[in-house]
Amino acid sequence: MKNFTKGFIKENPVFVLFLGLCPTLGTTGSALDGLAMGLATTFVLVMSNLFISLFGKLIPDKVRIPSYIVIIASFVTMVDLLMSAYTNTPGPNGEPSLYDNLGIFIPLIVVNCIVLGRAEAFASKNTVISSLIDGFGIGLGFAFALVILGSVRELLGNGSLFGLKFIEGDGILIFVMAPGAFLALGYLIMIMNKFRDKTA
Amino acid sequence: MAKKESTFGSMVVTLFLVTLASSAALGFVYELTRVPIANAKAAKKNLAIKRVTPEFDNQPGEECYKVPAGGDTIYFYIARKGDDTVGYAAETFSNQAFGGSLKLLVGFLPDGTIKETAVLEHRETPGLGDKMVKSKSDWSRQFEGKNPDEFLLKVKKDGGDVDAITASTITSRAYCDALQRAYESFKEGDKQ
Repeated sequence: MKNFTKGFIKENPVFVLFLGLCPTLGTTGSALDGLAMGLATTFVLVMSNLFISLFGKLIPDKVRIPSYIVIIASFVTMVDLLMSAYTNTPGPNGEPSLYDNLGIFIPLIVVNCIVLGRAEAFASKNTVISSLIDGFGIGLGFAFALVILGSVRELLGNGSLFGLKFIEGDGILIFVMAPGAFLALGYLIMIMNKFRDKTA
Repeated sequence: MAKKESTFGSMVVTLFLVTLASSAALGFVYELTRVPIANAKAAKKNLAIKRVTPEFDNQPGEECYKVPAGGDTIYFYIARKGDDTVGYAAETFSNQAFGGSLKLLVGFLPDGTIKETAVLEHRETPGLGDKMVKSKSDWSRQFEGKNPDEFLLKVKKDGGDVDAITASTITSRAYCDALQRAYESFKEGDKQ
């Protein structure tokens, strides 16, 4: 259980470990994009943790990293193929599809240091069950962080949440542009640190 | 189970097996998704064409001709209903937009009148230049039903007939530039 919950607050990859910030900043223009990116990463993380905890002992140390990368890259490519097949439908008014919105960030999951980090630091040394739980915990913690950041940016920048508009007008535009990602993330980390100091 | 030693043999065998298993798995997923991906792409193209042309019953995504223009190519998709050609959708562009390049889809009726326009790709500023997108404002509706022979595709500031977007003259100019290019190619394609 501890392996599962640590990903949300105590070892949250974004707010605490500061890992995987590139997709965090790049794909959180809306809550839905953040959620999709988080779930795609969770899938890769769980599957690579599963396979590395299963076969890790059979892989000689010197070729450990290339083998892990090949395993991770395979799952990333699968996610990319599946998403381009099933999430590539544009919206009714020609809004870009989910796959178009995430764009290059899906293939880039392979260089996300959370995935290789968990494989190297956790899955290669632990049992299959606890590696699976670790994968889910860290992955969903990452998704949780992305949804929070995406929601804040979408709400402030566009007045909507998961595409449902409930504040008329344009919003604070800078939050949906690139600098807004840095601003929002900075403030969220500040709040998160305050919160963690109290509970620690 | 003891950790495997890193000998030359074991490393070669391990890497071989890992890559073999990965490529087999990827080949399987590729085969599985090949048809859905092709369908999704075709549907996406036809959906975009449907937004700018009159109603059709063929697959315009597969009936296409090219006209070279401005150092690049403009693709024309032919929309037919029964035996009649009801319109053309042109995939056009401008490199003079505020954010670099801009891609539009323009629907022409057979006589050259603009039916509708739609933005395919852009990098304009949110809140200013992106008002050209139909979901943000009605600005681009001023082109509908206009024939570029009579309706000069230039912003009013440059002596044309187009109302520019407030504070986004460059974007408006690029939009006109893309439409003008599509229209010229359309005329040229007609002659051939």
